[in-house]
Amino acid sequence: MRAIVNISLKQGVLDPQGQAIQNSLSNLGFNNCNNVRTGKQIILDFQDNDEEQVFKETEKMCETLLVNTVIENYDIEIIKEI
Amino acid sequence: MRSGVAIFPGSNCDRDIIVAIKKITPKAPLKLWHKDTEFPNLDLIVIPGGFSFGDYLRCGALAARSPIIRNIKNHVSRGGSLLGICNGFQILIETGILPGSLIRNKNLLFTCKETILEIQNTIKSPFTEGFQIGEQFKIPVAHNEGNYFAPKPLLEELNNEGRIAFKYVKGNNLDNNVSYNPNGSSNDIAGILSENGKVLGMMPHPERAINSLHGGTDGLRFLTKCIEHIVG
Repeated sequence: MRAIVNISLKQGVLDPQGQAIQNSLSNLGFNNCNNVRTGKQIILDFQDNDEEQVFKETEKMCETLLVNTVIENYDIEIIKEI
Repeated sequence: MRSGVAIFPGSNCDRDIIVAIKKITPKAPLKLWHKDTEFPNLDLIVIPGGFSFGDYLRCGALAARSPIIRNIKNHVSRGGSLLGICNGFQILIETGILPGSLIRNKNLLFTCKETILEIQNTIKSPFTEGFQIGEQFKIPVAHNEGNYFAPKPLLEELNNEGRIAFKYVKGNNLDNNVSYNPNGSSNDIAGILSENGKVLGMMPHPERAINSLHGGTDGLRFLTKCIEHIVG
């Protein structure tokens, strides 16, 4: 079973990388997009097949290490068949 | 004074701070490895700068979950002094010993420059009580993630409680090599204190300004007074 953690910066937290990407996009002529925010994805594979258990454990991992909850939000996606 | 310097894989300012402390006090600091879970009671622990664990995940995140951290927290609850410099500050933030967050520099550049720090009106702390409010130091920064960020209520709290140790200021002798707020940090914050004043996290590197060959000795002046007040 696989858990995918998507981490994004909270609204209001400066994302200079996103801004730099937007500048480059706009230099390339992509002018429709007016905001770019970056994030990261962490993929965790488990031997356990208990979805609830895996979700709970992943949540605990997020709170203790994977995510800085002062500035970041996260969501967890569970994929049963890898 | 009994002191120790915590060393993680990727720390790279450990030797520099040891040299600085040895200039001030005859007793050399103990070198504490990140896996150490037993060491004697100390007056001061320094977490030096560098790139602990390659800055993987987030700066300081992995170091903050190392075995030594429990002992460092015990040291803090015993009332010991703790100084985190640069990556050391990032580690203190990640442990939760100091609040807030250090995010990417606003200009996206790794910034290595001299900055002017100004001592603020703080709570009683060995790291500030040897100085006049408004006293200034020329100390360099060298970092990529030093932009102090905190929710507004926390910034107000830090300000009201006198926990902002120093801010980046323009200074009187501004020349082109001296930058003002190098990273875009909120309220120009360069260093903050814990509630009891015994823990200081700072982005600038005082150990890189201890010899006239470094371009100044303000770091030595700063560390000397801090150590005097830690010893009491």
